[in-house]
Amino acid sequence: MTYITKPKIDLPGQKRNALGLLQRDYEGSMSTLCAGCGHDSITAALVQALWEMSIAPEKLVKLSGIGCSSKTPAYFVKGAHGFNSVHGRMPSVATGAHAGNRDLICIGVSGDGDSLSIGFGQFGHAIRRNLNMLYLIENNGVYGLTKGQFSASADPGSTAKKGAPNLMQSINPVATAIAMGASFVARSFSGDREQLVELIKAGIAHPGCALLDVISPCVTFNDHEGSTKSYAYTRLHKHQATAADYVPAAAEITAQYAEGEAISVKLHDGSSIVLKKADSDFDPTKRSSALGYLEKHRDLGEIPTGLLFIDEDWPEMHAIYGTAAKPLKEFTFAELNPGREALQKLQRGMR
Amino acid sequence: MPATQSRINDFVLKIATVNGTGSASANGLLMQALFRMGIPVTGKNMFPSNIQGLPTWYEIRASRNGYMARSGRVDIMVAMNAQTYQQDMNNVSPGGFLIYDSTWPRERSMTRNDITILGVPLSKLCNENFSVARIRILMKNVAYVGVLAALLDIDLDIVHALLEETFAAKPKLVEGNLQAIRVGYDYARENFTCPLPVHAEKMGNNAGKILIDGNAATGLGCVYAGATVGAWYPITPSTSVMDAFTHYCEMFRTDADTGEKRYCIVQAEDELAAAGMVLGANWVGARAFTPTSGPGISLMSEFIGFAYYAEIPSVFIDVQRVGPSTGMPTRTQQCDLMLCAYASHGDTRHPMLFPANPGECFEFAVKAFDLADRLQTPIFLMSDLDIGMNDWMVPQLEWDDSYRPDRGKVLGPADLDKMERFVRYTDTDGDGITYRTLPGEDSRGAYFVRGSGHNRQGGYTEDSKEYEDVMQRLLVKWETARKMVPPAVMTRAKKKTRLGILAFGSSDGAVIEARDQLAQQGIHTNYLRIRGFPFGTEVLDFLHDHDTVFVVEQNRDGQMKSLLKLETNNPADKLVSILHFNGMPITSDCVVKGVSKHLASEAAA
Repeated sequence: MTYITKPKIDLPGQKRNALGLLQRDYEGSMSTLCAGCGHDSITAALVQALWEMSIAPEKLVKLSGIGCSSKTPAYFVKGAHGFNSVHGRMPSVATGAHAGNRDLICIGVSGDGDSLSIGFGQFGHAIRRNLNMLYLIENNGVYGLTKGQFSASADPGSTAKKGAPNLMQSINPVATAIAMGASFVARSFSGDREQLVELIKAGIAHPGCALLDVISPCVTFNDHEGSTKSYAYTRLHKHQATAADYVPAAAEITAQYAEGEAISVKLHDGSSIVLKKADSDFDPTKRSSALGYLEKHRDLGEIPTGLLFIDEDWPEMHAIYGTAAKPLKEFTFAELNPGREALQKLQRGMR
Repeated sequence: MPATQSRINDFVLKIATVNGTGSASANGLLMQALFRMGIPVTGKNMFPSNIQGLPTWYEIRASRNGYMARSGRVDIMVAMNAQTYQQDMNNVSPGGFLIYDSTWPRERSMTRNDITILGVPLSKLCNENFSVARIRILMKNVAYVGVLAALLDIDLDIVHALLEETFAAKPKLVEGNLQAIRVGYDYARENFTCPLPVHAEKMGNNAGKILIDGNAATGLGCVYAGATVGAWYPITPSTSVMDAFTHYCEMFRTDADTGEKRYCIVQAEDELAAAGMVLGANWVGARAFTPTSGPGISLMSEFIGFAYYAEIPSVFIDVQRVGPSTGMPTRTQQCDLMLCAYASHGDTRHPMLFPANPGECFEFAVKAFDLADRLQTPIFLMSDLDIGMNDWMVPQLEWDDSYRPDRGKVLGPADLDKMERFVRYTDTDGDGITYRTLPGEDSRGAYFVRGSGHNRQGGYTEDSKEYEDVMQRLLVKWETARKMVPPAVMTRAKKKTRLGILAFGSSDGAVIEARDQLAQQGIHTNYLRIRGFPFGTEVLDFLHDHDTVFVVEQNRDGQMKSLLKLETNNPADKLVSILHFNGMPITSDCVVKGVSKHLASEAAA
């Protein structure tokens, strides 16, 4: 836990975003996680990304389940409503929230226990519905709050703090999400702020369920030798498959890329994601290519990062349902209630 | 021929068929025809948890006195299912009639001397008149409608009109159906003395009445309440609530020009998710609900406790079915009272509403949303399979266009302008209800919803005093709820009495009829029908004012009696259970016997 609160004083020369807000306006309450926890770096990346995107705090909702990861919505954007739900059930609350008000920008923060064990079903169905949200998994391979049990994402052969090996298969959220038909799947590392910020922005801009799996080492229970989710292991083995650049609608794409080196994906709001690829054969718009790429690099003992799959055209939940463009909560009672006469007419058929 | 009492507009007609043969529309036709002759009717469907091939029964009661419950009698049995023939014959009341398909011979042993058995070669008649196999099976059902029309003197013009309305879009079907009716009708006229001493007689037109099942009324109530989000997982017997909500939303909430829907119905991956969706939608300010049954409530319990503690409005519709566990999904009970009253771990308690018929399903569905928004807590609408899936005759549903939903204590940007600082869980009005804000509106209203310990500001806490403070305040809110749920309804006996009957929900009809029968025997009872939980002072008064209170309920363990004992400090020996829990809707007979038996045992002692 960090005991030092940052002073709230106006420093001269601080930059303001398009809404006139300082980056500090996107911070939340003080983190109670362990010093050095990967999750705090993700929080910092969220603060930076949301500030840079000039997202109005009141338009944002932050939701989570239970666990260390799920505490983090308290640590960013104090001016946004937050919902710390029950274990593994964040996606359903997000679904309801988005059903009721489709204009909300939804960020769900989950963990590997929360999404890959107790909440595996809801994780799958948020993807299946293509719920328009950023779905972040802060993945450390371990249950921290209950003191170090393996989670479902722990790799076979990796060891617990006291040396016991994990003998079971690991559930890979990225490959699982692609296989289940996700429309946006990315992986990053809490130690790579630059990549993380761009992927958060792309995920928020993506009109559908954006799954972002972030390797986020647990300094207390899973940062030892033998862990495959430690800082050292991740730094050594991560392989940046793509470098994503989020380009807002008004901005111009300036960088020049050689043929096959990069692709540009246009989002429906006019913004773009420019993807620079490590391998010109890799096509992140094709499911088979993405899954093949993941398997190939797993064989090499590497952890591919970056935006790994994207399908911009798959309709999100409301498009599938045909819901009104205006948020349902905004409709007046008169627009929802058929009235006395309609009831009388209806009942003529009940005789 | 055995002696038969003349019973005009006072009989029970029971039809035994095999499910999946299309008998439902024939039975509906009979019921509607009697209804249009102005006779009060109810229809009870006793069906298996199966798609095709198992026994199913439909019981129509015609009651000129307007009694809506099952009586326990069967005056006319139409035994179309060879598999259950023996059982169906045994169930006919002495003096009654049994109609069967005489195309095939019946075992000699299967007979009774105290009833009249009428054989009609229905299969033979249909085989002669129709060529397609599937049509023959369907028309067999329509043909028995024709037989009954002759035997019971049902108005054929009404039957014709109903067929024409039903098949308005497919006139060809009207012809075939009419032919089948005629075949059955003519056969009965030629071979039996028509009508039977038990028959129907036109007695008006049931003006101001409709036929509806409770689930349709509940779904319609949710539309009228302004619910926009429905989340659910299919489960018998609640599924048709969402079917109705969907149907009426398509009808009333779909933009004629753009096709845009002013509603969102999510079929969830399970009941846990359905509950989460309801919380999420209500949290952002959209009225949302989930219809389910007992097993679903078990699964939703974690979220129900969350909604109680984090104070999120939510509406849970429990169409109760037989438990425990999977139980008997297509049979009725009132068995989830304890489950819903205290659902979830820790100290939790939840308001419940008990509709007694589809009319109240409509009314209380609307009420449930108002209470949820006002009290910021889960509200349970406690229907059951009998109310939900059976056909009831009720007064036309009324709607007052001046009604405006009570959205409770919600602060918007204009309210926040006037405040120094918004805090979520501080009671400023003394009613235990605090103010909330909606996401998406104003960053000054932002707060963090959590199921973990929180203080009156809404901040996380593990401080004992802060924790207790919120828990105590929730009790204040519970007292406010006590004054807001629909009060119990008292019906006095014609004579002064110290005997009381207390019931709720679908037991109402049986109690009404039983009280009349008991009064004829000189046993007078006052009747209190509970419509809401927590119990209001009228319930306490009723218990206080009577020496013996019979608590009628449809479960094994006397759950309402337990609730009364737990919540009222009442001497337990005053409460006498009358329990009915075999899965069939309770009969008036059961209540009469329960009361008489207890009084006799008391007299003997």
